[in-house]
Amino acid sequence: MLHIVNKSPFQSTTLDSCLATARPDGSILLIEDAVYAATRGSAAAARLEQALGKFKIYVLTPDLEARGIAGSVIDGVRLVDYAGFVDLVAEHKGCQSWL
Amino acid sequence: MSEGTIKKFMYVNRKAPYGTIYALESLEVVLIAAAFDQDVSLVFMDDGVYQLRKGHQTKGIEVKNFQPTYRALEDYDITRLYVEREALQARGLTADDLCVPVEVLERAEIGRLMEQQDVVFSF
Repeated sequence: MLHIVNKSPFQSTTLDSCLATARPDGSILLIEDAVYAATRGSAAAARLEQALGKFKIYVLTPDLEARGIAGSVIDGVRLVDYAGFVDLVAEHKGCQSWL
Repeated sequence: MSEGTIKKFMYVNRKAPYGTIYALESLEVVLIAAAFDQDVSLVFMDDGVYQLRKGHQTKGIEVKNFQPTYRALEDYDITRLYVEREALQARGLTADDLCVPVEVLERAEIGRLMEQQDVVFSF
């Protein structure tokens, strides 16, 4: 299943809810303000690095670029563009958006 | 307010840019207020510090990049920009990562400044 998170990890618990709920081998896509969770050196980085051992984690590049953080992404996080976003949705059996 | 009265206005920015409309709306209101020659200060705390993270490139999301407006604030005599130290640290940022010169303050100091205002606008 594809899990989509769009909230900042500093202002919402949706990323934690997602990480605690998703099944191993699930995929997680960070978009909009959730992309801050994928940046190095932040208080959320350790949680995400830990999650990388369990899930495939993707982040939407245009949302990183808009926020000036495309150069700060944690190693192991996979970058996708909008076409890649569509591919992920098509490849997975279902989607859960953690709004 | 009566003519000639100068009040202290503080704009408190706590939201990341682009994910919601708050950051842009705050800037719009700040620029309007600037026309009235008031004592204006801007505070960036919590995710609001991300508004000043330099290097915004919004072409991909097809949204207006309003970051240049922060650099123009000086032209409107808005020079008091305060940024929360704890928020920067939690996000792995320093003042060098920001697009404008700011004064970095502890959260408690921001609280004290807040108390001194006539008007606080919250975004």
